[in-house]
Amino acid sequence: MSAPGIIVAGLRKRFGTTLALDGMSFAVHPGLVTGFVGPNGAGKSTTMRVVLGLDAVDEGTALIDGRPYRRLRRPLTHVGSLLDAAALHPGRSARNHLLWLAHSQGLPGRRADQVIEEVGLSSAARRKAGGYSLGMRQRLGIAAALLGDPPIIMLDEPFNGMDPEGIVWMRGFLRSLAAQGRAVLVSSHLMSELQDTADQLVAVGRGKVIADTSVTGLIEAASRNRVAVRTTVPAGATTALVRAGATVAAVGRDTITVSGIGPDRIVTLLNDSTVPFSEVSAHHATLEEAYLELTRNAVEFRAETPTEVPR
Amino acid sequence: MTSPSTTSHRLSQRVQRDGFFQLLHAEWSKFRTVAGWVIGMTAAALTMVLFALLAGISGNQKGSPSVPIGPSGGPVTDSFYFVHQPLAGDGSITVSVSALNSSIPEGPGELRPGTVPWAKAGLIIKKGTDQGSPYAAIMVTGSHGVRMQHNYVHDTAGPVSAAAARWLRLDRSGDAITGYASTDGTNWTKVATARVSGLGSTAQIGLFVASPPAVGGGGTAGTVSTATFGDLRTPEGWAGGDWTGGQVGAKSPTFAGYPENASGSFTASDARFTVTGAGDIAPAVRDSLPTGGQLRDILTGTFAALIVVIVVGALFITEEYRNKMIHLTLAASPRRSLVLVAKAIVLWAVTFVAGLVGAILATPLGERLARGNGVYIFPVPSSTELRVELGTAALLATASVLALAVGAIFRHSAGAVTTVVVAIVLPYILIAIPFMPAAVSKGVATVTPGAAFAVQQTLVPYDQVASNYTPYYGYYPLAPWAGVAVLAGYALASLAVAAVVLSRRDA
Repeated sequence: MSAPGIIVAGLRKRFGTTLALDGMSFAVHPGLVTGFVGPNGAGKSTTMRVVLGLDAVDEGTALIDGRPYRRLRRPLTHVGSLLDAAALHPGRSARNHLLWLAHSQGLPGRRADQVIEEVGLSSAARRKAGGYSLGMRQRLGIAAALLGDPPIIMLDEPFNGMDPEGIVWMRGFLRSLAAQGRAVLVSSHLMSELQDTADQLVAVGRGKVIADTSVTGLIEAASRNRVAVRTTVPAGATTALVRAGATVAAVGRDTITVSGIGPDRIVTLLNDSTVPFSEVSAHHATLEEAYLELTRNAVEFRAETPTEVPR
Repeated sequence: MTSPSTTSHRLSQRVQRDGFFQLLHAEWSKFRTVAGWVIGMTAAALTMVLFALLAGISGNQKGSPSVPIGPSGGPVTDSFYFVHQPLAGDGSITVSVSALNSSIPEGPGELRPGTVPWAKAGLIIKKGTDQGSPYAAIMVTGSHGVRMQHNYVHDTAGPVSAAAARWLRLDRSGDAITGYASTDGTNWTKVATARVSGLGSTAQIGLFVASPPAVGGGGTAGTVSTATFGDLRTPEGWAGGDWTGGQVGAKSPTFAGYPENASGSFTASDARFTVTGAGDIAPAVRDSLPTGGQLRDILTGTFAALIVVIVVGALFITEEYRNKMIHLTLAASPRRSLVLVAKAIVLWAVTFVAGLVGAILATPLGERLARGNGVYIFPVPSSTELRVELGTAALLATASVLALAVGAIFRHSAGAVTTVVVAIVLPYILIAIPFMPAAVSKGVATVTPGAAFAVQQTLVPYDQVASNYTPYYGYYPLAPWAGVAVLAGYALASLAVAAVVLSRRDA
């Protein structure tokens, strides 16, 4: 694996009595989409703001290509980011919004037109951004992140406000950025958004990393030894299988997953109990299930009301 | 919706223009792409023109007596009691002044003896009795000793103390007029020689008494003075008894007239004369020419334009905080102090241009309209007019930068606008209150950002004219650019504070 684009090491930051970051450490590598996941208030946005030099930390370092952000000259050519899609002057058109940003990096105005084209905003480029939908603003934010053609892209909740078509587009877009060799960090609090998109998962809670793992391995581990059973009588099936020592979870109206006993034994047990079933197959865990499995034991994820750090 | 198609531009399309220029370019792009700010600046310029238009058409003084103009082109007060006869060619005249007593008003119609510092009694040679004509004079004064004055604006102090018996002498030799003073009528000390052209071959020569208004409580009150002359000696062949007495400039915009129950007069017996007079022979100031307008009045729109540029200046940064675009700005340019400096430079330049255009259009327009309505405007050299225009533009530009700096500190437009308006516009209003004590209005015009209004001063104060030289009348305690420097000091100090807090706090 090549040298990481972003290295975050031991970040600690306190807002009043709230410990926002509590030893946050991870790395983001080129060519991969790294999902940055965790509940609201886990410290994802704060970490990103620290990486961008917007917030100071009490302890720790955040480096871009081995340098602190504030030392970068023309930083948008090193890292492109989208923190808040609403962060624009409503009176400026998309093109003018990107124009000043391009000028701040010594880039020509035509670069603005190029990224507008790339995110599919050409037809609205000269309209006031104040009239944009949230989805369009997300695209504009992505365009701003791409402006300096940076090797590192960092996006905070880019799926927010996007319609299904936009979500599909965004997934493909993130994949293509990684395929171009860029390091991509994408935060989300909804695991389903990152399905089939993220290569690596950094799960955080209460200001620190809970797990830092590859998505493939995670899903394999979560799927291992689990069997999916389709039945019109999930309650009866569950009773029969649990009596035999299996662990059963309901995943749908007519589907349960079973672990602890193999598929042959399941078929036998269901036949013996005369429970009807239409399918018994190896279970493929979704990213969401894998994530829940991963975080089941971590106290940081217990369903308390998370305290969102006000910004 | 296009499919993702980012191709690697890396290293191919980057224009290598590093440094501060980029920041300026970015901030300029930001400014010009928000319609409201561009409209605001345009409106500020137009406001100045509009106010000049209103100031120009509002006054109507058609048919009022014309303002006397001195040989150097400025307005003058030329109203005094003159006892004279013609002098053909060169000659000399000598007199002693044994008393100069003044009366100042105490109440309506009541006079009491008092001191009028610039009450004048002495000898004068003047082209004629027309107001504004050239002259030279030697005189004793209420409390400024012997003076030699000519052509209204020139004043030279003589050597004789105020308490001594005073003898005066005036010699004409062509255009050269020489004044002498003596304590005994024998030993003469030359005070000065004045070159006065245009007296003509036969000039009027004789005694005069003037008594300018007393200054106090922010206003003036007419006074009257009486002098006793003796030992009047005239050149050989000069008819001794043929004297004419009368008030020069009895009806004039620069003469408020005699106090109630007083009038000018003279009595003569042999070489002894008693002369009573009022008025002055001096350059006009705002007090003595209350109907005169000044450039400042035409540029009243500065006040409204100020509010506009303060709002735009504050919004230039507070809008970024309001919609959180500041995050993008600071991510794009992590050297935060430089961002602030770039913003300040762009804002200053834009406001300066708008202010200058407004002032340059407003000034001639307002002057033309006002003069067309018969309003007298104190004349100023074109260099002074240019200074007022440049200075007004600098005043507006610097005020908007102050608003920017305070906006960066407060991160909130309402607070920033209120603070800066109070700091600049409130002093302007305090200065415009006529009954504000002079000490207060001078203090306000010295230490507050409102000191910058000094750059609009066009009136000249004179040592030899007692007057209300206060900001209300258009006389500021600081020199024009010193006033702007006070405002600039506030702006720079606020920028420094803003740079520190911007760098220290989380964005």
